[in-house]
Amino acid sequence: MKRGRTGLKSQCQIFPSLGERAKRPKWMTPAQDWGNLPHHVVLQIFQHLSLVDRARASSVCRCWNDVFHTPDLWRKFEFELNQPATSYLRSTHPDLIQQIIKKHAQHLQYVSFKVDSCTESAEAACDILSQLVNCTIKTLGLISTARPSFMDVSQAHFVSALTVVFVNSKSLSSIRIDDTPVDDPSLKVLVANNSDTLKLLKMSSCPHVSPAGILCVADQCHGLRELALNYHLLSDELLLALSSEKHVHLEHLRIDVVSENPGQTHFHTIKRSSWEALIRHSPKVNIVMYFFLYEEEFEPFFCEETPVTHLYFGRAVSKMMLGRIGLNCPRLVELVVCANGIEPLDEELIRIAERCKSLTAIGLGECEVTCSGFVEFVKMCGGRLTQLSIMEEVLIPDSSYNIEQIHSEVSKHLGRMWFPDMMPTW
Amino acid sequence: MVINTIHWFRKGLRLHDNPSLKDSIQGSDTLRCIYILDPWFAGSSNVGINRWRFLLHCLEDLDASLRKLNSRLFVIRGQPTDVFPRLFKEWQINRLSYEYDSEPFGKERDAAIQKLANEAGVEVTVRISHTLYNLDKIIELNGSQPPLTYKRFQAVINRMNAVEMPAETITSEVLKNCVTPISEEHDEKFGVPSLEELGFETEGLTTAVWPGGETEALMRLERHLERKAWVANFERPRMNANSLLASPTGLSPYLRFGCLSCRLFYFKLTDLYRKVKKNHTPPLSLYGQLLWREFFYTTATNNPCFDKMDGNPICVQIPWDRNPEALAKWAEGRTGFPWIDAIMTQLRQEGWIHHLARHGVACFLTRGDLWISWEEGMKVFEELLLDADWSVNAGSWMWLSCSSFFQQFFHCYCPVGFGRRTDPNGDFIRSARHFMKGFPAKYIYDPWNAPDEVQKAAKCIIGVHYPKPMVNHAEASRINIERMKQIYQQLSCYRGLGMDHLWHFNHDDSLPSVPGNRMDTGNTSPKRNEAVINTPAFPAVQLQLVYEKSCVFGAKLELSSHHLNPIYMVTD
Repeated sequence: MKRGRTGLKSQCQIFPSLGERAKRPKWMTPAQDWGNLPHHVVLQIFQHLSLVDRARASSVCRCWNDVFHTPDLWRKFEFELNQPATSYLRSTHPDLIQQIIKKHAQHLQYVSFKVDSCTESAEAACDILSQLVNCTIKTLGLISTARPSFMDVSQAHFVSALTVVFVNSKSLSSIRIDDTPVDDPSLKVLVANNSDTLKLLKMSSCPHVSPAGILCVADQCHGLRELALNYHLLSDELLLALSSEKHVHLEHLRIDVVSENPGQTHFHTIKRSSWEALIRHSPKVNIVMYFFLYEEEFEPFFCEETPVTHLYFGRAVSKMMLGRIGLNCPRLVELVVCANGIEPLDEELIRIAERCKSLTAIGLGECEVTCSGFVEFVKMCGGRLTQLSIMEEVLIPDSSYNIEQIHSEVSKHLGRMWFPDMMPTW
Repeated sequence: MVINTIHWFRKGLRLHDNPSLKDSIQGSDTLRCIYILDPWFAGSSNVGINRWRFLLHCLEDLDASLRKLNSRLFVIRGQPTDVFPRLFKEWQINRLSYEYDSEPFGKERDAAIQKLANEAGVEVTVRISHTLYNLDKIIELNGSQPPLTYKRFQAVINRMNAVEMPAETITSEVLKNCVTPISEEHDEKFGVPSLEELGFETEGLTTAVWPGGETEALMRLERHLERKAWVANFERPRMNANSLLASPTGLSPYLRFGCLSCRLFYFKLTDLYRKVKKNHTPPLSLYGQLLWREFFYTTATNNPCFDKMDGNPICVQIPWDRNPEALAKWAEGRTGFPWIDAIMTQLRQEGWIHHLARHGVACFLTRGDLWISWEEGMKVFEELLLDADWSVNAGSWMWLSCSSFFQQFFHCYCPVGFGRRTDPNGDFIRSARHFMKGFPAKYIYDPWNAPDEVQKAAKCIIGVHYPKPMVNHAEASRINIERMKQIYQQLSCYRGLGMDHLWHFNHDDSLPSVPGNRMDTGNTSPKRNEAVINTPAFPAVQLQLVYEKSCVFGAKLELSSHHLNPIYMVTD
């Protein structure tokens, strides 16, 4: 920091240290008084301190106290709301919360709430939200760190708190409200006030929202670049709305496909033409799909070409389904398979290597692949595989390779050292 | 001068490969082998009846073996710092020996005893024989830090000098003229106590599936090697239903208590391999079980907070849920998932479960389903599991909960599917849980899905005779995957914030450490964490390892959205 002494002196006049002169040691000249440090210097130092340390520093003198309350230090805040009975972590101090609401609500721009699994914590978050009246919040995140406790709050209470922010901010660009009881009317309010600025909306597992509700968002918020929702909200109309001329390029679409009970949910299909329209409009879009289904529920998926780029299977997925993916997912970039079974997936993997030319990451959990099949797969993908995460148990030694040899063979084809993932054997 | 020696058994409960004992016998006139039973330990500590029984078996076996050498084992109640000054005086001791204990608590205790010994003019002989190597040398070879990935550990091991040969077994030849003064009241004063004497209720206690002691250990070793030779295959055996049952060749509890020397096991394996495979060099994977144990001992030896999340520099701070009710259901095998419950029942009854079963229940408790802290699971294992010792237990729990060493949290074990794939017929469940016997294989892993007629026929109504499942697994795993992702993304968000100079992208995992992050709830700015992380106690953070290894899936994408709109307060 190069500021001349003159700069230092002139700043001193702005922040007279009243009581400090008396306490100051004789050898200290006014220019060296800590209390007379320029505002921006103290500010920069404070930015390196934790909130707790900053708060302590703020009680040293008025000058530092003023810096502590500089709007710039209050642009971002993460409220942590935990109860000792349900969490090992501490909570943001209630006095601090009060201070923020009183003095800094209007400075807040990037706000998040982290709540534990206790309903009380989620309710406390809602109470704070309801008080953020005079603010220009750009980013809002409601995050459950364990069980989704926002779902236990009364819907009316939650919605009214949330709409306070929606109505007052008028410049919301990023919203993260997964696992909350948000509903269609609140989305309408969001859209009515923030349609020009909204860029990111994450609302996976919001059971009170309907396809019409989300369609309203897509229709009005033409700047929306990132969207995360559940499959039941996905519709042909939604994809077309996101591909309308007025709409910017979509960058990231995340879809969670979750089942309630085996066989109980029937999943609708999305027309191929809707997907094609989306890709035509946004050729670089990442389409991320998380599947948490039982094996028999996969029927409606991947029968036709699907432009998915990142696929995650949280439960068992059948050999047949993996075969379909090889056939119909040419844009695939990442594939994670938690479990398959005890039939080797050699063929399916090789087909994926052949047809998914953009594949760069693959993760295999409880599956089986013969060593030769795996080497073949890696050979075909070559160096484009930046992430290859295979549990050691997945690889079945055969006549060509055993476990010892496989890692050097694979490393050779990847162009870097590679080892399978291991779990400790007691 | 008359030399009176005490050998202090803690672990290392054996007479074979006991170099500290052997060395201290040389030139001794009298020898007394003692075991100190801390009375506080029995009552308040978290050690269950099976573990106590195993220990008592070991002590009885030692006593029997010593009797054959005209000696006896002296079991002494009290705390070491009280016991030793008394014994030094009473028995006029000038020599003390014990096996080196690498665990932080052990080192502290031993330092105190060393001090007492020095003050009393007692010479102390300490030798390493509980681990294959001198752990401090491993750490030194790795740049003064323990290797934090198993691959790195193996690489360092390859560069170490050969494992030392096991010491000669203590026989009457070794003892020579060394005698043990045994009084008539020996059994009363120093005899091995029974479970009842320690205050345990033994009515209804079934015979031990795992009998303790060196004799049993050596017998099992022979059987273990015979079986390997017969199979002529040193590959990891495929998992099947039988693997889940207690094996007569299982060795882990014996290694933990030191009834079996790890070095003896190591050399016997090597010899057998060379014999069967005609002198080929054995691969490191042959010693898998031993090396994992060594790995955890090494990582733990200099970290007194190794068994905690708070204050542990190698443990990711994860916002686990506090839920004693759910924890109890898991610990007592009442989760409603027969696979999990059968495993936990076997654990409680017998004291041992297969390592894949451990993965399954550990994953269920922590990152898979219940989102409860690994420390709680570790405590339950400490109580019930025969081979759980401080380093290995804590280390494995951190590993399995993705709190350290290992970050591929998508590797999740389904409490229904995993069991079904391993043991399709459900025999293991039937053997452990008798009231599941009537269920057909189709529904034994998810009995809540069985139609009413099936449940009636099995005489087991779900919700009445057996609990309903305590979580919806699909929902729980969806939520938990998201939580783990959040945590790892928050770690990876440090990237690109002037910390690039710490980047040493090294694909071969030759990175010395895993990031320590302290999620200080006081809204730390990342630069402040950098200061914390770079203090001497915390080695340079290699975040690249976490970033690249975390979340095969989506981390990079989600990160891109942060550059647009920083939801987390990371960019300054």
